Amino acid sequence: MELAEKERMTAHTFTHLDALESESIHIMREVAAECKNPALLFSGGKDSIVMLRLAEKAFRPARFPFPLVHIDTEHNFPEVIAFRDKRAAELGERLIVRSLENSIRKGTVVLKSATQSRNVFQSVTLLETIAEFSFDACMGGARRDEEKSRAKERIFSFRDEFGQWDPKNQRPELWDIYNTRVHAGENIRVFPISNWTEMDIWQYIERERLEIPDIYFAHERDVIQRPGGIMPVSELVQPQSGEKVVRKTVRFRTVGDITCTCPVESNAKNALEIIAETAITRITERGATRMDDQTSDASMELRKKEGYF
Amino acid sequence: MSNATQLLRFITAGSVDDGKSTLIGRLLHDSKSIFEDQFSAISKTSAKRGMATVDFSLLTDGLQAEREQGITIDVAYRYFATPRRKFIIGDTPGHEQYTRNMVTAASTANLVIILVDARKGVLVQTRRHTYLASLVGIPHIVLAVNKMDMVDYSEARFTEICAEYLKFAAQLGLTDITCIPLSALVGDMLVERGDNLDWYQGTTLMNLLESIVIDYDVNTTGFRYPVQWVCRPQTEEHHDFRGFMGRIEAGEIAVGDEITVLPSGRTSRVKEIVTYDGKLQRAYAPQSVALTLKDEIDISRGDMFVRNDELPKVAKEFEAMLCWLSETPLDQNRKYLIKHTTRTAKCLFSGIAYRVDVNTLEQHAAAALNMNDIARVAMKVQQPLVFDSYTTDRATGSFIVIDEATNNTVAAGMIA
Repeated sequence: MELAEKERMTAHTFTHLDALESESIHIMREVAAECKNPALLFSGGKDSIVMLRLAEKAFRPARFPFPLVHIDTEHNFPEVIAFRDKRAAELGERLIVRSLENSIRKGTVVLKSATQSRNVFQSVTLLETIAEFSFDACMGGARRDEEKSRAKERIFSFRDEFGQWDPKNQRPELWDIYNTRVHAGENIRVFPISNWTEMDIWQYIERERLEIPDIYFAHERDVIQRPGGIMPVSELVQPQSGEKVVRKTVRFRTVGDITCTCPVESNAKNALEIIAETAITRITERGATRMDDQTSDASMELRKKEGYF
Repeated sequence: MSNATQLLRFITAGSVDDGKSTLIGRLLHDSKSIFEDQFSAISKTSAKRGMATVDFSLLTDGLQAEREQGITIDVAYRYFATPRRKFIIGDTPGHEQYTRNMVTAASTANLVIILVDARKGVLVQTRRHTYLASLVGIPHIVLAVNKMDMVDYSEARFTEICAEYLKFAAQLGLTDITCIPLSALVGDMLVERGDNLDWYQGTTLMNLLESIVIDYDVNTTGFRYPVQWVCRPQTEEHHDFRGFMGRIEAGEIAVGDEITVLPSGRTSRVKEIVTYDGKLQRAYAPQSVALTLKDEIDISRGDMFVRNDELPKVAKEFEAMLCWLSETPLDQNRKYLIKHTTRTAKCLFSGIAYRVDVNTLEQHAAAALNMNDIARVAMKVQQPLVFDSYTTDRATGSFIVIDEATNNTVAAGMIA
């Protein structure tokens, strides 16, 4: 008897991870079956790494019935980009990368300064990429526990032809019967791991023995202490006058644009130790690590209305 | 929380006045699921609004318009966990559009907490919430008699409210009901028992949430497997592989079992149960798997596998309870789309038997249906559907109606 079988037979309990996994697989298969030209957004971050495993569970032994897409701000952590390329190659899946630089060159993105956070502008390049490939559905690894406006978003989240989300006019979503219909030019963002929490993600990474970029684990790094959090020193983030560079043992809880992602102090060297830390942490994931969400109570909602995923 | 933790989805029904936000806030707070930065944000906003205490409803009011206007316009989902279970709360606003929002949140819930104010007892809205819970078939109901501190923790008052409620619930055929006296404000009988309700021998709310049996498979229909996706890798290694992928909606299946494919009626046997983690001998609801069959027969998305001794209905006409969700009323002259399991087809409404007044439960004749109306309707579908009655199987008895012109979801239906 194979191991997976034995586990099911002896326990016959369906754990919360089993329930979440089955729900996510069901969602991905609905997308594949009903959408004409879907894509899966893959950044190399932990949530999208979980998404890839779920896609393997949903579609193997066949290849994925959609390409992987990454909107690269070119302000990403190099370790994460390297991981992104490696993972896509291991899986033998098609990876489409579109860079924010293209939008800057075209003039559709105008930056105020070279070091400005580029997170908000991802929406522009994402919408341009959706138009280029005529994607009618983009699956993303966003979770409802991340942020207040996400908590109100549907699993199948309809966007108009401008890519905009209208929170007050969302389609009702009942049972797990998903309405995937769009008119030409419109699209749907689909969030198969909507119901997962940060803890679930780490437990799943641990259970599935998923490889993730090293920067998620404790490592030494030069950082600057700023009011919103500790900032990693990089080409783009340099100490201002009066600021001191210190070396700390840190890990990243989220991985985004290098100019607005802060690490947390931690000694957690593997997924189990991170689970233990996550269980007792008193600060939310984004609260601790994202400068871009701290500008106002509604910053995420405003970005989503503009087409952010 | 270990990997063996289970998942319970529940909703709360009641208005702000019943202390719903306080109850949710306290469940989150006492289970240490409110983070410091969240707590500091809502404390600041509460103070800005001149409130003396922290307003926990701010936690679930996620949208800008809601925070500005102090209203809740949609269903919000909250997550918390204890060492024994993980919970998903569907939090529904308590005012206009209530029916639509509660039906939406209730459709995925295993349990509903219906809140009443001990001073006011069973109100019209309590009956409405209970009716909607029974309509959507939530397996477990908790009557939370809140604000016991305002009635001197009176056992007599609690008993009186429970008796009245149980009598009403019995009329709806509801049996799985637990009544709990509590004070969300003080914290009695939520996570801790407190010192004020010594006469009550039953469970605390949290203990009930942590221990109630989660019925993934309350259905009595047997094996139900709507085909979602046909997997044909067409690679050298898997040249002949033809896996029918889907989620087991009810019952179980084992290698070698004979199955019937509906609506065609062709039969075959299960050759393999394939998952990414290896082949299984047996699989259960609600696992997502892939099945291969011994015979090559024509099968596509929308077909359903069942076992021969447990047949569902196959028909183009049926009656259903319908909840109209759209601001545009039902137009009986128009054709709509129905999505039922993995099949989408054209449909039309051939008649409205009656509309239910959700406050009095009286049945009225109706010529049209407006948003939030609940009615018994007769429907015709262009292709045969494979279904069970909603009361025997939620997954094969439920459907949504889509307006082709707008692509909006305009109704939710439960097959009679």
